[in-house]
Amino acid sequence: MNEFLHQLASGLALGGVYAIMALALVMIYQATQLVNFAQGEMAMFSTYFAWKLMDSGWPYWRAFAATALISFVGGIVIERLVVRPFAKAPVLASVIVFIGLALIFNALAGWLYGYSVTSFDTPFSGRPWLGNVYMSAHESGAVAVSLCVLALVYAFFRFTPLGLAMRAAAQNPVSSRLVGIRVGWMLAMGWGLAAAIGSIAGMMAAPIVYLDPNMMAGILIYAFAGAVLGGIDNPFGAAFGGFAVGVLENLVGAYVVGAEVKLSVALAIIVAVLVWRPSGLFGRRLVARV
Amino acid sequence: MMSGSSGRQRRGVTLAVLACAIAFPFLASGYHLYQGAQVLILAIALLGLNLLTGFNGQISLGHGAFFAIGGYGAAILTEKFGVAYWAAIPIASLVCFGAGFLFGFPALRFGGLYLALATFALAVATPQILSYKGFDAWTGGSQGVLLAKPHAPFGLLTADQWIYLVCLFCAAVLYWAARNLATGRIGRALIAIRDQPIAAETMGVNAALYKTTCFGVSALYAGVAGGLSAIAVGFVSPESFGLSLSLSFLVGIVVGGLASLGGVLFGALFIEFVPNLADQLSVNFGESAKALPGAIYGLLLILIMAAMPTGVAGALRFAARLAAAPGARSS
Repeated sequence: MNEFLHQLASGLALGGVYAIMALALVMIYQATQLVNFAQGEMAMFSTYFAWKLMDSGWPYWRAFAATALISFVGGIVIERLVVRPFAKAPVLASVIVFIGLALIFNALAGWLYGYSVTSFDTPFSGRPWLGNVYMSAHESGAVAVSLCVLALVYAFFRFTPLGLAMRAAAQNPVSSRLVGIRVGWMLAMGWGLAAAIGSIAGMMAAPIVYLDPNMMAGILIYAFAGAVLGGIDNPFGAAFGGFAVGVLENLVGAYVVGAEVKLSVALAIIVAVLVWRPSGLFGRRLVARV
Repeated sequence: MMSGSSGRQRRGVTLAVLACAIAFPFLASGYHLYQGAQVLILAIALLGLNLLTGFNGQISLGHGAFFAIGGYGAAILTEKFGVAYWAAIPIASLVCFGAGFLFGFPALRFGGLYLALATFALAVATPQILSYKGFDAWTGGSQGVLLAKPHAPFGLLTADQWIYLVCLFCAAVLYWAARNLATGRIGRALIAIRDQPIAAETMGVNAALYKTTCFGVSALYAGVAGGLSAIAVGFVSPESFGLSLSLSFLVGIVVGGLASLGGVLFGALFIEFVPNLADQLSVNFGESAKALPGAIYGLLLILIMAAMPTGVAGALRFAARLAAAPGARSS
């Protein structure tokens, strides 16, 4: 039983990372109906940036905030320079461009920081929180940070004019433009936010999975699985899916198939959801007008 | 419509390339021969992926997995069951056809993006599945399987020459088959499904059947390539079938030209020799040269999609048109 609770708890910790990664994916999906395959590598690159800052003596939280901010700006720049020219291109072209971006970030990280595996600091050290013996301090902290990110994103989209404008631009770009919303900039902001959220996911994941240029490939497919499971057009469905996938992955890995083939759990979830419930648990059924 | 002269031109180019390819094993030797065989093997895999992605518009980021099934299938059949290699490759590729056909099903329900997601996950998970302990007896776990190299019949040729010629034979037959598929009624149906799915269905094209069968055929091509690769290399291991293999296939068809069958040769040359070049540079630049292929691949993917979406094949066609009719730029 103890062992079971332990697996459950560490599943929740990584599940939080998957949840905010899935949220970042959904944010771009809602506005463009595209999935950003480079999201993982962008997050990995941001995480290296944070590591570099801390390595040069910055305290954790200052590096954390700076990384999220720089990632936000970086996301906007990428949208403007690389993604924008393909806005009207077919899905295939966009996917190829995203894969290209992912390869570039992966190569850039390897070139700048090397391919060796590095450890990454955590601000949550010391004794477990609140007498919770099933989670390390970092795991509790990661869950807390994920929940904070979810709450902040919710508040941003629900209560601020900018959030409202972004939702409007995603749902109905033509009418939004007519009422004076700059739709193009809203898309770029979406990319920026997604990049910032991804960087937080990377910084929360790195102490658990260690830092190397390929650290996010696995996390990205769990986030895909989470987003597909919860419904890729529903942010909270996707976040729930992320937590669920984290827990499932750990339990199935520990008790059914063995930890060394855990990645196939994500594959199985994606295929199963597409076969039985393509819109996910909380997604809207997609109806296309002919 | 293809005019008569350009059809004759194409046949001439094809025959010239074939003649060079046949002469190659008698001029080159050793490592170059091995590289030549690798190029042919990659070209076969790219043909399959191009039928699927270029012609039918279905995005697969996980063809490395079918390549792996072909490779492991051939290795297990020859080493554990004593099947001859020339029988093992067709059997393994039929298994791939089945696997591809089945994998095409879940993706039918939704647009191409979901297929990209699922195949991406497949590519990432493949090395783990291959090294799964439960299959150790068959796959050798993370150690992989060693294969004996086949000898040439009658001892007329060296083993390397023989393997090269076997690859060339398969590549030529599969190219011929792909060209017949793509230029006929089936090819038109595939393209129609890619460009106008709803119109294609109203014209009576059974899109579901075409799409899943196309996925199966494409996986079959990847399987033949994987089987040949296992025999040419003499070794299969999980690490060689990871995400980077699948992505390099994508790079290959984009560089060669989407929906261009001749272009796969350029794509195959490209993805064979760029990593080689990086290996040579790493002597001078150390570990950071490892980043070079990824950087080149990534930049090229974006630049080609922006400036030259038809790839090298399209650029050559354009150049040939310019040379044939100078001044008549807009035809």
